[in-house]
Amino acid sequence: MADLLTVAFITSLLLGAVAAGVPLLLAGIGEQMSEKAGVLNIGIEGMMLFGAYTGFCAAFYLDSFWYGFLFGGLGGMAVASLMAVFCVWLNMNQIVIGIALTIGAEGLTALLHHFQFSRSYPRLSAADTLAIPGLSEIPVIGPVLFNQHAVVYLSIMFMLFLIWAYKRTYIGLNLQAAGDKPAALDVAGIDVRVTRTGAVLVTGFLTGVGGAYLANIGAGLFFPFMTGGAGFIGLVLAMLARGKPHWVLYGAILFGMSLSLTTALQVAGFNIPTDVVQMLPFAMVILVLIVLGRNSRLPAALGLPYVRGER
Amino acid sequence: MIRERENHTPLAEARDNIVGEGAMAAARIMLPILLALIVGGLILIALGKNPIEYYWYVIRRGLLSPTGFQATIVRMAPLLFIAAGLIVSFRAGIWNLGTDGQFLLAAAIVAALSPVLSPIMPIWLVFVVCFSVAAAVGAGWALIPAFLKANYGINEIITTLMMTFLGISFANVLIKIPFNDPSTTVPQTATLAVEDRLPRLFDTPVHIGVVLAVVAVIGVHVMMTRTSLGLKLQIVGANPRAAIHAGLKVPLLTYAAFCISGALAGLGGAVEILGVWGTMRADWNPAYGLLVVPLVFLARFHGIGSIAIVLFFAILMIGGESASRRLGVPQSYTLVLVALLLIFMALVEFLDHRWRRMKTS
Repeated sequence: MADLLTVAFITSLLLGAVAAGVPLLLAGIGEQMSEKAGVLNIGIEGMMLFGAYTGFCAAFYLDSFWYGFLFGGLGGMAVASLMAVFCVWLNMNQIVIGIALTIGAEGLTALLHHFQFSRSYPRLSAADTLAIPGLSEIPVIGPVLFNQHAVVYLSIMFMLFLIWAYKRTYIGLNLQAAGDKPAALDVAGIDVRVTRTGAVLVTGFLTGVGGAYLANIGAGLFFPFMTGGAGFIGLVLAMLARGKPHWVLYGAILFGMSLSLTTALQVAGFNIPTDVVQMLPFAMVILVLIVLGRNSRLPAALGLPYVRGER
Repeated sequence: MIRERENHTPLAEARDNIVGEGAMAAARIMLPILLALIVGGLILIALGKNPIEYYWYVIRRGLLSPTGFQATIVRMAPLLFIAAGLIVSFRAGIWNLGTDGQFLLAAAIVAALSPVLSPIMPIWLVFVVCFSVAAAVGAGWALIPAFLKANYGINEIITTLMMTFLGISFANVLIKIPFNDPSTTVPQTATLAVEDRLPRLFDTPVHIGVVLAVVAVIGVHVMMTRTSLGLKLQIVGANPRAAIHAGLKVPLLTYAAFCISGALAGLGGAVEILGVWGTMRADWNPAYGLLVVPLVFLARFHGIGSIAIVLFFAILMIGGESASRRLGVPQSYTLVLVALLLIFMALVEFLDHRWRRMKTS
């Protein structure tokens, strides 16, 4: 066990955890916002994948990681806008449309990638990192955790901002009302649909940025179906976090670490199938659910379209 | 009174409605398909391909050529079993999005079990045992979400999705470690001899599993529409609170819906292994589960409708597979078509609703 805890092992574990965890964090806090507002956003996997594609293309052609994140976010938002039109304004079934958007994004990105790059997978150069003075000099963990791309810090700051915003601002309360008692929000003179649309679009942006991070920084390239369920894990995280943004962070770290554990173990000389480790976080969550049997508290009007005057 | 003045008996009115309903139902299914094909065609044009050529090629390879059509029919078997499972759960108001895990895990266990059993027992008994085990595995994998839903009311979309990830990884672990056949280079299970696989019909690749799958879908349809269990499940689906007040055992029915649904998905896995592959490789995951969801929706949870739509989809799939080799349009185009189909279906339904409301008010 002692020789497991080498610097190389810990470094690769933490690096992998950040690389896998940031997209999960962004998807998780995004999904959380949609759910708060009453939209169960199953299309999140599609938003992430489409964001990964547009983000990669922007970073590749414009040769800038910041454009990559911007266009990744916009790509996610484009898919989210379809979700908003169909589910918030036309009151269609959120699960059907969510699955359609995921399948559609999978197909469309694979199709476009094929016609653009054929079978080649061009790589991006490594991104610039931003070392935080002082903290990045902590031995072992410092260079890993505090020497990341700036977008990592921005994501965490945005998460902290959400904690404050949900409790202390009208916007936060409006979101909560849109999910729990939309009729009350309507009576208070605030448009439920506009509130929900905003939430869904922000979800799309955050998730798209997460996808761009996954492609541009995590992998350095785009390949079809690359998200492989990461968006759905974000959905799970949001559901388990019970409306608290910092819980999403803990979940993202946990899932990120177990996703990177295999690589880290291989670095340390242990060869076990990836699948064993990939099962861990899910098995753990299921176990917690069975043992504690807690109802994941969800907004009362989650998944229900709002129609004025209907009960 | 008004009716008499207009010279309309209730019966005639009902008959007019049924005729109208039938035409409307056909339009509600055909219109989205047509729109999806048109918009999909525009995407092909944008990518510099000729849509007419593509569609004609798909029809020729998936439907008109004998070998292609046989492949289409064979492909229908797992899809239909999954569809049957989804019909039960969706009609009972349960979103079982975990059919992929149930399907793969059952497939892995059947793939490992069948070559062991085939030398020691008669072939029909191998099938009976394998099908029973597959159904039990599928149902068992659905038990945890069922427990969490029935006892704690935890949303099954999340739990079934988690169980599906868990199941896919678990199936891979099983194949890579305990079930691995050491004589092969890629991790896979031992292979079931070709003569021990499911019997074929009329010397074609079409195996008896297809017939079983059709029977399963029809059986499920009859169960849901003609039996008391089906009615109870539908009540739970339509209004759980009303079901409690009607004295139905809602937790028990929830378990039933989950388990039947999981068992059918598991049977799909068994049929695919026993009928087509005879072995299972690690990391094999056709991901049929999420693809069948939209098809069942399009058929509005109707058994016969599902068979027709699964046939249509299998043609697209098989034709698309050969088009990806010959015409250079990747297979993923089929996914785009399915997504378009779903969106247009939802749109047509929405317009239909609005139109009806305008007519009644």
